[in-house]
Amino acid sequence: MQEETVLSMRGICKEFPGVKALQNVDFTLRRGEIHALMGENGAGKSTLIKVLTGVYTKDAGHIQMEGTEGEANIRSPQDAQNIGISTVYQEITLCPNLTVAENMFIGREAGLLTHRKEYEKKAEQLLKNLNIPARARQELSSCSLAVQQMVAIARAVDMNCKVLILDEPTSSLDEKEVQMLFSLMRDLRSRGVGIIFVTHFLEQVYEVCDRITVLRNGELVGEYIIQDLPQVQLVAKMMGKELDETIEIDASGKKNTPTGETVYEAENLSSSEAKPFNFKISRGEVNGFTGLLGSGRSESVRAIFGADRVTGGKVRMNGKQVRISRPIDAMKNGIGYLPEDRKRDGIIADLSVRDNIILALQVMKGFFHPMSRSEMEKFADEYIHTLNIKTASKDTPVGSLSGGNQQKVILARWLLTHPEYLILDEPTRGIDIGTKLEIQRLVLKLAEENVSVTFISSEIEEMLRTCSRLIVMRDRKIVGELTGDELSQTNIMKTIAGGEKQ
Amino acid sequence: MSLNKTGKAAVRREPLTDTQLLMTITICIFFAMYAIAMLTLGGGFLRPQQVFDLLNDNAALIIVACGLTVVMIGGGIDISVGGVIGLTVMSCVMYLNNGGNIATAALMAIGIGLAFGLLHGFLVSYLEIQPFIVTLAGMFFARGATTMISVNPQKVTHEGFKALMKSKIEIPWLGYTAKNGNLIPARMEIGVIIALCCVLLIFLILKNVRHGRNLYAVGGNQQSALMLGINVKRIRFLSYVTSGLLSGIAGFVFMMHTGAGNATNAAGAEMNAIASSIIGGTLLTGGVGNAIGTFFGVLTLTTIKKIVVTSGLKDPWWQSITTGAMLCFFILLQSVVLSRRGKKRSADAAKS
Repeated sequence: MQEETVLSMRGICKEFPGVKALQNVDFTLRRGEIHALMGENGAGKSTLIKVLTGVYTKDAGHIQMEGTEGEANIRSPQDAQNIGISTVYQEITLCPNLTVAENMFIGREAGLLTHRKEYEKKAEQLLKNLNIPARARQELSSCSLAVQQMVAIARAVDMNCKVLILDEPTSSLDEKEVQMLFSLMRDLRSRGVGIIFVTHFLEQVYEVCDRITVLRNGELVGEYIIQDLPQVQLVAKMMGKELDETIEIDASGKKNTPTGETVYEAENLSSSEAKPFNFKISRGEVNGFTGLLGSGRSESVRAIFGADRVTGGKVRMNGKQVRISRPIDAMKNGIGYLPEDRKRDGIIADLSVRDNIILALQVMKGFFHPMSRSEMEKFADEYIHTLNIKTASKDTPVGSLSGGNQQKVILARWLLTHPEYLILDEPTRGIDIGTKLEIQRLVLKLAEENVSVTFISSEIEEMLRTCSRLIVMRDRKIVGELTGDELSQTNIMKTIAGGEKQ
Repeated sequence: MSLNKTGKAAVRREPLTDTQLLMTITICIFFAMYAIAMLTLGGGFLRPQQVFDLLNDNAALIIVACGLTVVMIGGGIDISVGGVIGLTVMSCVMYLNNGGNIATAALMAIGIGLAFGLLHGFLVSYLEIQPFIVTLAGMFFARGATTMISVNPQKVTHEGFKALMKSKIEIPWLGYTAKNGNLIPARMEIGVIIALCCVLLIFLILKNVRHGRNLYAVGGNQQSALMLGINVKRIRFLSYVTSGLLSGIAGFVFMMHTGAGNATNAAGAEMNAIASSIIGGTLLTGGVGNAIGTFFGVLTLTTIKKIVVTSGLKDPWWQSITTGAMLCFFILLQSVVLSRRGKKRSADAAKS
């Protein structure tokens, strides 16, 4: 290794109750490089970062920093800063009501009085040096997000950081702002700062990084020089599939043949979270959105359901134009949505199974037309039976059920409204394999009954088994659509990765 | 970016911060209101003594409002201040009437305030209990203790203190000539000097002392403040200590004005103080506000009450109704101003 190592982490282990978040992970950062840390959700990226910044304490392993004798002792973010490790998070961790200069120097001064004039001068100098388009005495809230992020970086630079961690810095920036940030990163690289860049955006990695470390399921997959790892390979490494591994799924599973009649159609639909996209689905079709985490798949379906603020586009249900700006509009048009985050958006933990099941139907009827007790009991019994929900009784609080059964309760809630179009966002995440299969079977059965379903899952096999059409997303855009024979793991990964580095 | 341009940027005046903007609005409204009162109501409003009366009557309110401003900038709330004033006054009166001396009484007032402040600060910031609940408990406790000391109103009988109460600063050139030809000088109580010192001191601390700046950071975004290396707990703790201390001082000033202890002394002072702070441009959400603004907030609030009384609406409920309307008006005004500003800024950011 001819380059100078700034930071080396060896054999890092971290365990949470029931989960091995990191198992024997190594990571090396050299002076003056931009090093991407990649991995899917749950791969252990953020755990590794948090171990490094002292938010978590590691269970085992060894961290060594250049300039520090022996083992680096990091027990709090302050410790990390003191030995030269600074972090800039996705959410700005500065104070919007203070000036740019104050944000760069607050918390670092000693003594009773603040020396405003002095550090305003210093800040001005630093901003000029780093080409950051902000003024020292400007209130931070009047700067754009990108500039705020750059101010945070400037603060880190002024603290003589040797290791700069950028955790998803680009997710809320637009194209131009990203470029500004990148030129700042390149500038810092040439000054010898080692930068750890955590991101979901593959293209950005290839644009600025020198090296990539890939994690998967808390384990190290490998460290690669960027030229040696084409984008397709990277995706394969992140997902843990080799390219030649072409176990094609039995096609007999996909019997859903859409009738051709379009049920839902969106044209240039966009929301506060999703960029404009076109989409349609036919009666009895099962399709899927796929892509890496953060590619915009959940945001797109949330836009369809009106769960985020819809900002534009036309929507047609059965050929008739409708307006869907809130979830209730979507429900009235026969759309159901099982959210990605079951605990936050799905169940109401303290209500009974029965109340959770009838909730959506009751909302659609309006609260001035309450359902009778016997109706509720009947519906609850029916769905507990058909979906085989394992619960002590109808009155059990849904929070005490297992994850799989909670998911079934939410499914029951939507089935009860007899939707024409049902969106399932990660319905099988974190539930046992038996229930997973049950849910997959149910999806296919629904399709036979002429319900259109959008099925989103992080597991490609599962999508191949259920979907007849896959929409592939990357960096918030739809980049491909696969049907019929094109549906194979290899193809999907190729599409996710996009062409070779442009 | 040429040197020229950045050089210019350094001299360029920055737009007002939110704190300065809200404060400016209040000050303008106060002067406008006072001018209108002078023109339409005339009479007392034409004499400088009117302003001094406002200050004399509300010196204690100004002091506690400063304390509340400090707490509110840090994102907290302290509703015990009225109770603490009551307790301070009652204790000091009883002590003086039983042969105490003035200096010890003053120390006692400060001590009582400080004790409440320390306890509130500890509970809120180190044990992380809701500030509203903590100071509500403090309020009940203080009121209860006041009544326990004496159910009946107590007048100060201490001669030295009576003399202190009567001693006023006379400013002849702001006086006026009475009908019988005598010059009546403008009179200001000693408490006003204390109040003005408090305002100035708090203003300077918030502006130039490290802890003061850190307080704005804590109120602006607590999580960020923590990440920026600020000892958030200590800063919040200190904000409650300051508020407690100021309520003790306010108690003493209150006593110098009224000269009597009463179980209902300064009842509702906390609400008036909160209202004044808000009118002066302090945001309940934290991070914005300053003492000068609060000072004008108190003046605005009390002037409008005076105007209501002077214009013939003598029933006490009119004052409350006006206060309510006033507060509502200011909050609406602030949110409109700030949201328009937010929109303009994001538009600017998008353009640049």
